[in-house]
Amino acid sequence: MAIEVRIPTILRTYTGGEKAVSGDGATLADVLADLDSRHPGLRERIVDDKGLRRFVNVYVNDEDVRFIGGLETGLKDGDTVTVLPAVAGG
Amino acid sequence: MRYDSLVDSVGRTPLVGLPRLSPSADVRLWAKLEDRNPTGSIKDRAALYMVQAAEKDGLLAPGATILEPTSGNTGISLAMVASQRGYRLVCVMPENTSVERRQLLEMWGASIVFSPAAGGSNEAVRVAKAMALEHPDWVMLYQYGNPANALAHYETTAPEILADLPTITHFVAGLGTTGTLMGCGRFFREQVPGIQVVAAEPRYGELVYGLRNLDEGFVPELYDESVLTTRFSVGPREALRRTRELVEQEGIFAGISTGAILHAALGTAAKAVGAGERADIAFVVADGGWKYLSTGAYSGTLEEAEAALEGQLWA
Repeated sequence: MAIEVRIPTILRTYTGGEKAVSGDGATLADVLADLDSRHPGLRERIVDDKGLRRFVNVYVNDEDVRFIGGLETGLKDGDTVTVLPAVAGG
Repeated sequence: MRYDSLVDSVGRTPLVGLPRLSPSADVRLWAKLEDRNPTGSIKDRAALYMVQAAEKDGLLAPGATILEPTSGNTGISLAMVASQRGYRLVCVMPENTSVERRQLLEMWGASIVFSPAAGGSNEAVRVAKAMALEHPDWVMLYQYGNPANALAHYETTAPEILADLPTITHFVAGLGTTGTLMGCGRFFREQVPGIQVVAAEPRYGELVYGLRNLDEGFVPELYDESVLTTRFSVGPREALRRTRELVEQEGIFAGISTGAILHAALGTAAKAVGAGERADIAFVVADGGWKYLSTGAYSGTLEEAEAALEGQLWA
């Protein structure tokens, strides 16, 4: 099972500059744990002990995970996870 | 329709059906044409409400200076309202915005302070907050945290849509300051049982997310997640493709953020079709395409148009 995880510029120090990395797991939490085993420190920049960090948005197939299960959002082979900092519009 | 002045003509925009893009007679799309406002965008509503609220609170006296961080449309709306009411306007705008926005702001008499491209509107907010400290006599209306922004949509945009479309099942709009979605969303949730409120958030090129660290991210003070049903991130490719479909199939010449909104609306429509449910989906046409002609969004291949938008704040 392969989940593509797109990494924002500011977190690529953890992925050796890679824009996207591949992870494995049945939920977003599982995938983040899997990524952390190869990219130590990455997970901690995305979640804290209360869940997703306030200024981080995570999308599964372009839908914000906060509305579809948060860290427990189920993932399947071929899904794309995108991590982005929260930015303003207007 | 007759009005006493241009400012009095804000709002009461048409809601038009999309006979070609709607998937079926049971699942219909409706466009709220906010480009029909005096300066050509939905922001006229928020700008007018914020100025009126500040006047009522005694914050604005003739000759006052208004300061506002804006990626364009809010600034343009405020510039028009300020010019009509005798205020000076200073806008803080990211430098990676279209040339038309700068020209329009200057035409209506605003001064522009440019903030660095990297970081997008987050940087404009930061710069404006620093300037506000240096100029305590200036009035920052602050669209990201000003309740009058959301109130404009609660009291005008949403009631207009409901009056025209009592059978509404879904409302789809763009997420920037969150004012449109918070104001309309609250109104619809009070008035229409089971309504779904869907946010379309533009996903820009990497430059715009080039913050120094994640703690510099920004969530508008107005944002209340509980008002939304869900939220989609829409990239420039889909936004451009839908912007073109809207003009090619329905004749509606809209800005690029509207393409992102239409993308989310069509996804919502497809889900309703799949579930065999009836749906009347109202979405916001936030502005017209005029301000984006110079970006190349409407000509050449999609690949060329997407490349031209790289690093630009297109919504």
